Amino acid sequence: MSLDKFLVVSAALFCCGLYTIMTRRNGVALLMGVELILNAANINFVAFSHYLGKVMGGQIFAVFVIVIAAAEAAVALSIFLRLFATAGSVEVDTADSLKN
Amino acid sequence: MEQLTALIIQKVPALAVAPWAVTLLLIGIVAFIILQFAMVFAGFGTYLERKIAADIQGRIGPNRVGPIGLLQFLADGIKLILKEDIIPTAADNHLFRMAPYLIFTGSFAAFVVVPFGFSLIAADLNIGIYYVMAVTSLVSIGVLLAGWASNNKWSMLGGMRAAAQIVSYEIPVGMALIPAVLIAGSLSTQDIIRSQGGLLGIFGWNLFHNPFSFFSFFLYMVAALAETNRTPFDIPEAESELVSGYNTEYSGIRFGFFFMAEYADVFVVSALATACFLGGWQIPFFNAASLPPVWANLLSLGVFMAKALALVCVIIWIRWTLPRLRVDQLMRMSWKYMVPLTFFNFLGVSLWVLVFKGKGIPQMIASIFG
Amino acid sequence: MADLVFVLLSILTVVSALIVAGNSSVIYSAVGLLFTFMGVAGLYVLASADFLAATQMLVYVGGILVLILFAVFLSNRISDAKLSNPTHMRVPSAIVCIALFGLMSNAAVTTEWAVKTNVEYAPTTAVLGRLLMTKYLLPFEVVSVLLLAALIGAALLSRPESAKAALKPDMEEGQ
Repeated sequence: MSLDKFLVVSAALFCCGLYTIMTRRNGVALLMGVELILNAANINFVAFSHYLGKVMGGQIFAVFVIVIAAAEAAVALSIFLRLFATAGSVEVDTADSLKN
Repeated sequence: MEQLTALIIQKVPALAVAPWAVTLLLIGIVAFIILQFAMVFAGFGTYLERKIAADIQGRIGPNRVGPIGLLQFLADGIKLILKEDIIPTAADNHLFRMAPYLIFTGSFAAFVVVPFGFSLIAADLNIGIYYVMAVTSLVSIGVLLAGWASNNKWSMLGGMRAAAQIVSYEIPVGMALIPAVLIAGSLSTQDIIRSQGGLLGIFGWNLFHNPFSFFSFFLYMVAALAETNRTPFDIPEAESELVSGYNTEYSGIRFGFFFMAEYADVFVVSALATACFLGGWQIPFFNAASLPPVWANLLSLGVFMAKALALVCVIIWIRWTLPRLRVDQLMRMSWKYMVPLTFFNFLGVSLWVLVFKGKGIPQMIASIFG
Repeated sequence: MADLVFVLLSILTVVSALIVAGNSSVIYSAVGLLFTFMGVAGLYVLASADFLAATQMLVYVGGILVLILFAVFLSNRISDAKLSNPTHMRVPSAIVCIALFGLMSNAAVTTEWAVKTNVEYAPTTAVLGRLLMTKYLLPFEVVSVLLLAALIGAALLSRPESAKAALKPDMEEGQ
């Protein structure tokens, strides 16, 4: 258990999130990918804060990331529900009425 | 845990080769004891519930198995275990199997910080109460998954109602516990209880500390009743409209898990209320630390269980007295009344602790009379 | 012992993250996300962030994941029991992601971090609370205003159209 192992785990988490965002079309699944990436960033913050000698700024930042993730999830999901009500699907490709 | 390990190794030097094994074994034993407690309490809770219900409704209640029906819960348990564990063909197999475990884990993990006695606690975590709030959030996920995996519209509706209810009432529950945290200056359940000791006896309890903490005890009990999905807030399982909610399709021991989780929740709610407002294991006018450890622990365990079980009886009494609310009334009550009231309470307690330097009314009166 | 726990938690985190990325059903992805969150909370504990671990469970599992599950249930026809979630462009995405993972883990392992040798484990709740009320008070207040804005926005967005129409005259009167 050392700093670089934490970083490798967080890198793996980040790449899973990125893969989810790249391959999915379902809005809710995209949001899951975003949450994975935010979690990966949080692991980095906490690990650095721990191993660089109790710099509490890292943990404070992680708290803010969690709060903002909550706000973002609430807004994004209500947008998807609205999308489902108007377009009948949460596939993000269907929201193209501005283009056509 | 480390101290106990060190003590055992000191007594039996041969174990010093593998201290981690001793620690693991100790953790296993403690977990086993608490699991047994939760299960026996679920059995005892059903017995108590049926007896009290019978008394309220002018019936006799269970009286066949054992003296005055005391062994009824063993018969119930054997029945649940022997029944066939049916999984509907249209259900989602994996999630259907997993959901009861999630719910049970969520309820059972809260027992870790329940302060049974003077030094009887599985782990005195320094985030105690916050930890309980965190692990019980697993329950809402389990309920949602159980409702969805049953592939049944009633289960689905019941699961969604239950999850919405648990999430809504988590805020008032957390805010109502904050007065105790502010007065003790710590989240640990043991620290909160220690702050309620002293020479004032029962007037040292947080319940009598100031008007706001008195009020928040009742707010906590109402919100916690709603969070455990008990009547009058058992809309998720309203049998007149939803068969029995998210556990409609479950049978056998998987249904037993839901059942045990419900009674575990009831006990945890009562135990937390006892610890935060009713002085926990503090013996009135008596300092437990002055006794030999064995007696201190036994006495404090007795005091704690007596208080907690009294609250359990109150919860059961409420269930058999009040009718059920409607689902929109329930949500309105949470968001329009409970949340603002608990926030107001929170503000009041913060101001009190700030202005009077954490002193309670009984303490001030005592200091006037010297 | 702690190393073993770390390895187990990392495996839990990464395997369930792979389920989130790869499973063809949205609901299984959500369950994978549950275990990822729990694994990450465990990793926080190992990095001496107990308060954050509890916050992670409370907000992510009890809040965000419940929201996600609700969105999954409400945004699908009830007849579509499998809740399928097709993936596109799998191979190029996988190549990019694996290459990125190699790059990032290589950078993490080869860099000489200025690590303190003896890190102590201490409760962080009190320190965090004090910092939030002193040094980080402004960000704290800004974030609370953001949360309020998000709350109002989400409530307005998810209101049915008929309720919005009923709301309009009031709003005009207010102006």
